[in-house]
Amino acid sequence: MKPLLLPIVLLGGLSLAASAAEPSATELDTIAQRVRACTPCHGAEGRATSEGYYPRIAGKPAGYLYNQLVNFRDGRRHFPMMTYLTERQTEQFLLEMAAHFAAQELPYPPPQRPNVDAALLERGRVLATEGDAQREIPACSACHGSRLMGVEPSVPGLLGLPDDYLIAQMGSWRSGSRRAHEPDCMAEIARRLEREDLAAVAAWLAVQPVPENTRPDPAFEQEPPMRCGSIPENTQAAP
Amino acid sequence: MKRRIVLAVIALAILALVLLSRLRVEDRTGGEAPPPLFADTANEVERGRALVLLADCGPCHTARGGEPFAGGRAIPTPFGTFVTPNITPDPETGIGNWTSDDFWRALHEGRSRDGRLLYPTFPYTNYTKISRRDADAMFAYLRTLKPVRRENRPHELRFPYDQRWLLAAWRALFFRPGVYEPDPERSAEWNRGAYLVQGVAHCSACHEARNALGAIQSSDNPAGGLVLDWYAPSLTRAREAGVQHWSEEDIVTFLRTGRTQSAPHASALGPMAEVVYESLQHVHPGELHAMAVYLKSLPVDGAPPDAGAGFASAPLTGSLARGREIYMEHCADCHGERGEGRLPAAIPLAGNRAVCMDSVANPIRIVLYGGYPPGTEGSPRPFGMPPFYPTLRNDQIASVLNYVRTGCGADVPRVTADEVERNRGGPLW
Ligand code: HEC
Ligand code: HEC
Ligand code: HEC
Ligand code: HEC
Ligand code: HEC
Repeated sequence: MKPLLLPIVLLGGLSLAASAAEPSATELDTIAQRVRACTPCHGAEGRATSEGYYPRIAGKPAGYLYNQLVNFRDGRRHFPMMTYLTERQTEQFLLEMAAHFAAQELPYPPPQRPNVDAALLERGRVLATEGDAQREIPACSACHGSRLMGVEPSVPGLLGLPDDYLIAQMGSWRSGSRRAHEPDCMAEIARRLEREDLAAVAAWLAVQPVPENTRPDPAFEQEPPMRCGSIPENTQAAP
Repeated sequence: MKRRIVLAVIALAILALVLLSRLRVEDRTGGEAPPPLFADTANEVERGRALVLLADCGPCHTARGGEPFAGGRAIPTPFGTFVTPNITPDPETGIGNWTSDDFWRALHEGRSRDGRLLYPTFPYTNYTKISRRDADAMFAYLRTLKPVRRENRPHELRFPYDQRWLLAAWRALFFRPGVYEPDPERSAEWNRGAYLVQGVAHCSACHEARNALGAIQSSDNPAGGLVLDWYAPSLTRAREAGVQHWSEEDIVTFLRTGRTQSAPHASALGPMAEVVYESLQHVHPGELHAMAVYLKSLPVDGAPPDAGAGFASAPLTGSLARGREIYMEHCADCHGERGEGRLPAAIPLAGNRAVCMDSVANPIRIVLYGGYPPGTEGSPRPFGMPPFYPTLRNDQIASVLNYVRTGCGADVPRVTADEVERNRGGPLW
């Protein structure tokens, strides 16, 4: 009997301790409590859990996150759980979820160690910061900001992300399984890149340290070089 | 295999009957529906719009991210995948060339313009109760939609379900066209409610159990695949979805917002969340009230689970003890230590019908895949249930559900790890 009773007594004690700290209805009535359905995969603060392939969402621009929620809902991106969770909510509520995760300021992981040769890294640096005018590939920084930490409200940063994540996303744009609002500039860019360019630019991005100020730029320094449907009209030039 | 033979035999045996029934004079006048009890009904298109909304035609006939009513939504079922057709007024790919007679025949008799028999995944078994006048209004509204050019894709059904002619047998057995006939003994409101529940809103397409010869239908989900792997509980059982013991207000609140605000606690999840989100929340509260009056009058079996019972507190051993540990670690901070709920964040589980009904499909799916009740005008920021498929094993989910089901105040079938396994994968909703 004794060994059986012990856990029950312990549990009883636990529940007492817990009920003392039981949150009130007002304490529960928060957006953080509402998005707990997201935490098994994206982590409590959107940092992403270590298991599997769950992207970080913390600190990405709110407009970007919102666009992704809508993309899952409308079938431009595919992950059944994401569609299931976003499908029957008001746009206002999706926006509120997006703003919540956008406001999380969490440390980024240290940069990856280079695992490719210097020539490839250099090719990556050129693509990311200068582009390749001959092949009409604009520099990533032209849209993702000179610090590559993104631009408000809807262009995400490219630093602090693992290279396999970057490659996977660009790859799904090439194959059409990830789409953004039309005109889908990222799909166009991903298709203009050779496979090796992709590996190069992802490798270079992944070994860059994240700057001290991790927030996205508040606005574009120059007009983006292409039209992107996910960037609001008033922040870019007419087609 | 057996099913195939049964089907073939029925088909032959019934053929004569069917041929006879073809000779029957077609009903083109179509009865008088109980009129709506509120607002202006003079504008035919407006009335049609409201009916189409309540009948939920749009979501079924719209692909994800696609043009409204242009079809293309895939409906996976045990018989294969149905792909809904284009019902915009496009003359070539939609129903632009249809007359109101053609439309009436589809809704009332389940036949296409060219005479093809239609699969009852299109719930004409309910829509047949719709009056001719209402069908004409719906058609008038559909004609105002933007025509969209989109070719229909063929269904991908398994043999023998891909044999359309077999529907003749099924229909002869199970389908009688007939407009709703008001019951003069009952109030106008009750009749309106019955017309909507049985006909336009087709609640029974999901909620009514069918017999095993449902032929092209699964045994308990006659809407074909739309209910997918969910169990649509019975509206005539107090332990399931019967609302006879609810107040009319609670019923209207549930149908309109997807959640009740106080006891009796319920939330709409899975396919029911879609019905509330796409259709019921937009419906005039007067119509919902009429439905509530009718639903309360349905015959009822049994009593609801005892909400005060709470979870088992006697010393627990084995799997139930493990279930309690899992509950305390993963569920208690939202649903409360004794399953009493932590409102507004999560509803009680002790005595909750969604947990207590005999069928364990829904509780398993909810723990595996979580989800939000629908975001509606009356409940625009719902709380969500996290999915546990990434973190809990099948046996852990079975244990925690068996522990939670000790709060049902009666003997309920045990959940097994195998059943949890069967619910992994497949379409989510
Ligand atoms: C079962 C795991 C799971 C849950 C729960 C989940 N997500 Fe996701 N989420 C994913 C995966 C996996 C992806 C990446 C899918 C892909 O594109 O391949 C993703 C992608 C995203 C993205 C796009 C990220 C980017 O940078 O492009 C956002 C935003 C997001 N999720 C938000 C949420 C929110 C908000 C919730 C809660 C309502 C949530 N997720 C719940 C697994 C999950
Ligand atoms: C013309 C503007 C533009 C240029 C140039 C551009 N991007 Fe993008 N990028 C975007 C926009 C806009 C998005 C957000 C798309 C969305 O809403 O899904 C994006 C998103 C991305 C994402 C997804 C990030 C995530 O968290 O999932 C990656 C990866 C990416 N870009 C990589 C690159 C790389 C690498 C380059 C340079 C080779 C580049 N981009 C150049 C506009 C641009
Ligand atoms: C549960 C999903 C569902 C709902 C709800 C639904 N339909 Fe359909 N509908 C279908 C499917 C599936 C078919 C194809 C049946 C077949 O091929 O036999 C269909 C066929 C039709 C057809 C025949 C088209 C043709 O080309 O033959 C018409 C007309 C139609 N539906 C109109 C409606 C209207 C009007 C409503 C609302 C009153 C409605 N549907 C509600 C699934 C649905
Ligand atoms: C597409 C299939 C479908 C249709 C149509 C449908 N339901 Fe449901 N309904 C379900 C499923 C599945 C559940 C179980 C999941 C849940 O509890 O939300 C459910 C649950 C319910 C509940 C149970 C609430 C509780 O106590 O937990 C009620 C009441 C209900 N439905 C009423 C209706 C009424 C009234 C209609 C017609 C207006 C309707 N349903 C139409 C599928 C459907
Ligand atoms: C983050 C809070 C949270 C956690 C943790 C949680 N749930 Fe839930 N659960 C919810 C919410 C929110 C709902 C949707 C109903 C509502 O609005 O309260 C729900 C619904 C349910 C339902 C369906 C009830 C109904 O009436 O439709 C069941 C069953 C359930 N949860 C079981 C569990 C179990 C078992 C666990 C632990 C393994 C658990 N939940 C953990 C928040 C939570």
